[in-house]
Amino acid sequence: MTTELITSTAAELAGLLAAGSVSAREVTAAHLDRATAVDEAVRAYLHVDAEGALAAADEVDRRRAAGEPLHALAGVPVAVKDVVVTRGLPTTAGSRILQGWVPPYDATIVTRLRAAGMPILGKTNMDEFAMGSSTEHSAYGPTHNPWDLDRIPGGSGGGSAAAVASFQAPLAIGTDTGGSIRQPASVTGTVGTKPTYGGVSRYGLIAMASSLDQAGPCTRTVLDAALLHEVIAGHDPMDSTSIDAPVPPVVEAARRADVSGMRIGIVRELTGEGYQPGVQRRFDEAVQHLIDAGAEVVEVSCPSFTHALAAYYLVMPSEVSSNLAKFDAMRYGLRVLPEGIDDPSAEQVMAATRDAGFGDEVKRRIILGTYALSSGYYDAYYGSAQKVRRLIADDFAAAFERADVLVSPTSPTTAFPLGAKLADPLSMYMQDIATIPANLAGVPGLSLPSGLADEDGLPAGFQILAPATRDERLYAVGAALEARLTAAWGGQLLAKAPALQAISTKEA
Amino acid sequence: MSELTRDAVAHLAGLARIDLSDAELDRMVGELGVILESVAAVQQAGTEGVEPMSHPLPLINVHRPDVARPSLTPQEALSGAPAVDEQRFSVPRILDED
Repeated sequence: MTTELITSTAAELAGLLAAGSVSAREVTAAHLDRATAVDEAVRAYLHVDAEGALAAADEVDRRRAAGEPLHALAGVPVAVKDVVVTRGLPTTAGSRILQGWVPPYDATIVTRLRAAGMPILGKTNMDEFAMGSSTEHSAYGPTHNPWDLDRIPGGSGGGSAAAVASFQAPLAIGTDTGGSIRQPASVTGTVGTKPTYGGVSRYGLIAMASSLDQAGPCTRTVLDAALLHEVIAGHDPMDSTSIDAPVPPVVEAARRADVSGMRIGIVRELTGEGYQPGVQRRFDEAVQHLIDAGAEVVEVSCPSFTHALAAYYLVMPSEVSSNLAKFDAMRYGLRVLPEGIDDPSAEQVMAATRDAGFGDEVKRRIILGTYALSSGYYDAYYGSAQKVRRLIADDFAAAFERADVLVSPTSPTTAFPLGAKLADPLSMYMQDIATIPANLAGVPGLSLPSGLADEDGLPAGFQILAPATRDERLYAVGAALEARLTAAWGGQLLAKAPALQAISTKEA
Repeated sequence: MSELTRDAVAHLAGLARIDLSDAELDRMVGELGVILESVAAVQQAGTEGVEPMSHPLPLINVHRPDVARPSLTPQEALSGAPAVDEQRFSVPRILDED
């Protein structure tokens, strides 16, 4: 029973819970047991809140027994990326500088999860302040890919993706600034969506780059992603960039799974050279599936995308250098006194704390951003990058004249070995080459598994991009493709992942 | 493009209030140089006359009604502070000596 519960989709669990054939406590306990059994190897969680999750589950069971109306996902547990603040639960954003910090408030998305009666299992590991593509920049050690524990789970949201891929949670929350939901989904054989910028409240997200950050769902199926998307999306007066409009009909689109007559645009600049052969092959096959399902395929060109990575690595660090100035050792977090100075000044304490509290990648980006914004260089760097950003948005607008959605491989490669790119920041940045344009323009994107690459047997991802506020198209195309692929595979791709050795005896 | 020198990186780290060690500085100069060379490509993108874009949404002046609403209590606001004194954040001296 426990195995069946942890391998069930969120939609299936919701059905079982509504029918009364299982309790929220049983579902939650099954996932907590799974975490006890396998997370010593995977390290998806930074913090597990068994007590809080079970209490929330009991409350749902009590309300259900009393006949109260409940949200469809009530009792379905969820894991939350540690960059999202949770009242009473430690929140570190993967950084030493926030070790032990317990926020006094909830992010809006957490408020919505709690209101829906979704028990929060714990906080998931991530690259420090969401800066990275491998989770190796976490101050608390890397997460391991459930497909091969010696490989990266992607990043920055490797913890959320690995938690879902290793059946430690049916659902998880991620955040995506340049690909941090989609790239981990790609390399772990899971599904992840970056909604339209402004579609999901950023209130209570520890900001990395405010004009790019967006939270979204990490799941094992397209329908589950739509279900979680619907819970967390919608206008929030606490976020002035929140879109004041109804949530796009994502669940309906996922259930309909219809692409007949849709125009699918292949982005010439996001295929071919630089993409691992097996990743490209699975992508080509997926496109053929969409044609077979009744879609029309066109090729589009977005010439400015070739400059997207460069523009991103100026816009993002510039915003980082500003956003991370708040870690000043005064109001929360770490305070380190400089060595050999009697009665140090606040400024000296701040500098010593930031040196001790931030990791290498965070320091690199803060200094890069400080440079890009400094007088004399502003026009050449940040100014030029903002103009390239406009060209990218224009390219998207032109492409969406000719196509309803755009598609590409999500990540150019499958999961690489831990440590392989740590010494070469630029090669790490290249992981997000296909995901970054969506963040710069604010358009939504979804990644779902396209299969296993022939050369290494590891998952590859298929990315779908839609015009701003048309998130439902991601789910229509994603669900149609998923249905054909799972039929071809004879089940979920994750069923092909090697079984994780249970460390505890509970499940043995 | 201007060369990023060790002195320049030290100056930037100072502006960013990060007390880098000598070893960190040595490493950072090389790494940042490689990254800067790569991102300088934005200058070749043909952006003359292009309107800069700072944000994906064309939102201007988002207001909310000017009404009081619940906020953190002083205890909650101070709960994560490294040092607290009489319901205030306690900080090191803020003025330089002399």
